[in-house]
Amino acid sequence: MNIDLLHLMPTDIFRILPEIVLTITGVLVMLIDAALPPRADRRNLGWLAAIGTAFALLSSQAQLVLLQLPERTGFYGTVETSSFSIFFHVLICGIVLVALLVALDTLPENGHHKGEYFALIVFGAVGMCLLTSAVELLVVFIALEISSISTYILAGYRKDTGRGVEAAIKYFLLGSFATGFFLYGVAMAFGATGTTVISEIAARVHTGENQGLLVLSLGLMLVGILFKVSAAPFHVWTPDVYEGAPSPVVALMSTAPKAAAFALLIRVVYGAFPSMQPLWTPLLWIVAVLSMTVGNLAALRQQNVKRMLAYSSIAHAGYLLAAFAGVGNTGITAACFYIAAYASMNVGIFAVVTLISGYNDELPLIKDFRGVLYRTPVLGGVLIFFLISLIGIPFTGGFFGKFFSFSTAMGGGAIWLVLIGLLNSGLAAAYYLRLVVSVAQKPEVDAPLAPARQPIGVAVAAALMLAVAATLVLGIAPGEVLKNATQGAYELMPHSMHQVNSPGSSVPQ
Amino acid sequence: MIPISWYLLLSAALFCMGVTGFLIKRNLITVFMSIELMLNAVNLSFVAFAHQWNPVKGQIFVFFVMMVAAAEAAVGLAIIIAVFRARATLAVDQIDLMKL
Repeated sequence: MNIDLLHLMPTDIFRILPEIVLTITGVLVMLIDAALPPRADRRNLGWLAAIGTAFALLSSQAQLVLLQLPERTGFYGTVETSSFSIFFHVLICGIVLVALLVALDTLPENGHHKGEYFALIVFGAVGMCLLTSAVELLVVFIALEISSISTYILAGYRKDTGRGVEAAIKYFLLGSFATGFFLYGVAMAFGATGTTVISEIAARVHTGENQGLLVLSLGLMLVGILFKVSAAPFHVWTPDVYEGAPSPVVALMSTAPKAAAFALLIRVVYGAFPSMQPLWTPLLWIVAVLSMTVGNLAALRQQNVKRMLAYSSIAHAGYLLAAFAGVGNTGITAACFYIAAYASMNVGIFAVVTLISGYNDELPLIKDFRGVLYRTPVLGGVLIFFLISLIGIPFTGGFFGKFFSFSTAMGGGAIWLVLIGLLNSGLAAAYYLRLVVSVAQKPEVDAPLAPARQPIGVAVAAALMLAVAATLVLGIAPGEVLKNATQGAYELMPHSMHQVNSPGSSVPQ
Repeated sequence: MIPISWYLLLSAALFCMGVTGFLIKRNLITVFMSIELMLNAVNLSFVAFAHQWNPVKGQIFVFFVMMVAAAEAAVGLAIIIAVFRARATLAVDQIDLMKL
């Protein structure tokens, strides 16, 4: 490796511009937090973090000019700017923005380390964004850990309650366990190919040397990543962590780190191991079926709303993985679109749940949600809207997400997978509708009233509107997002993949 | 010279010990130590492969893994202290407020 600083182009800095903006924002928030007197209000720090995130979103849009350049990578081939990375940057910055706005209005007033909370969310966003543009496994690993360590701390933010710390320790232990597997997979890939650059690995995989080591490497990396996206059978941490962590944190960590981890999954399977598609397609097929079925069956018997949504998110990981059964790069497109749809409805529903249950989960059960539509019609309506989207009824993002995912799998010939997926969608409607019915029922006269809450704040109202708008746009006019996803998928596809799919190759179509 | 496969076997054995320890140990600190053992097994693999391929690349990876493991340990031990404060126990079996 030739270390020559002169080879760092000025455009290299531009390639990590969103990350730089986010890092500066996070450091500023942390420093100002330390400088403020202990009793001062930290609310403005949240606005600062939100504005910084909005700038990061804009700067990732500005990166579109980089696509004109002949070379796509910077920093010695470790960071890539492509339509794919920009798609995920915009998505993740959008989720983080919504999560920050929700936190602004729902965090308890005093003594809760608010400043650190905002800073941690922004630092986590740095890792998630970097994860989607990294094309070298060392950078991938660092980005994964930046994002994970921030979320470990956030998960345990209610550190005085038994459930809060229990969520944090479970998330931390199982997350680190998964990282160990991923890292061992990286070591095997390095051992088999002598490189950690994803495109170079793909080229060596294609030559057919060291196949045994490479298969082991793929398996270990998949275990690590599937843990992070909470797909069955690696999902056991999800319900406990989502139940114990504060709801505004769950809004973030059920969406943004998962989106980043799915981006990593796409990069690993399509970027590094494209010629092993006959191997990983059936593997992901099984994981998809398991995730859907286990998630939905377990969700059916939940009484706690957050636990039910946790199992539902496992099922959604399954619907998403179904897309990977598609031919060639069609799976990437469908998966990207599903991630966007899933993220916008899930971040929204956890924001609503935060407002209804309260930060400390005073009303955690489905029966506690009875009559929400009568007490606070707006919240009830928005909650029902997101539930409808999660079911996958037309005119919502959830419908098109499932539609593209299943039709892609159908195109790949995975008819049984699609049938199981459709059956599961029907099953899932049962528990979503149970919550809808509970919300729409007339409240009992002597039922415990919702804890006294202020009227919905400006920030959280804006967050809800963003999430509703995103879900609606994805459901009514999915064209633009789909176009971007297709473009990203096209640019991600390495050349070896086209050879693999060319006529006359031994790969079954 | 000792062939590279010996190092890899040792590394695999250490990794398996880490996984086993993670699954069967009943104390949070020991479980955490098992994770560290897994990471260090990976480091040994990297050094061995670095010797085979490209000395700089694999060794740099090891430095970063050590650094990240240190950061993770800081957060992990802090969480373990928080668990002890809230629950006055470190036994995995007793940290079971939330169940299926």
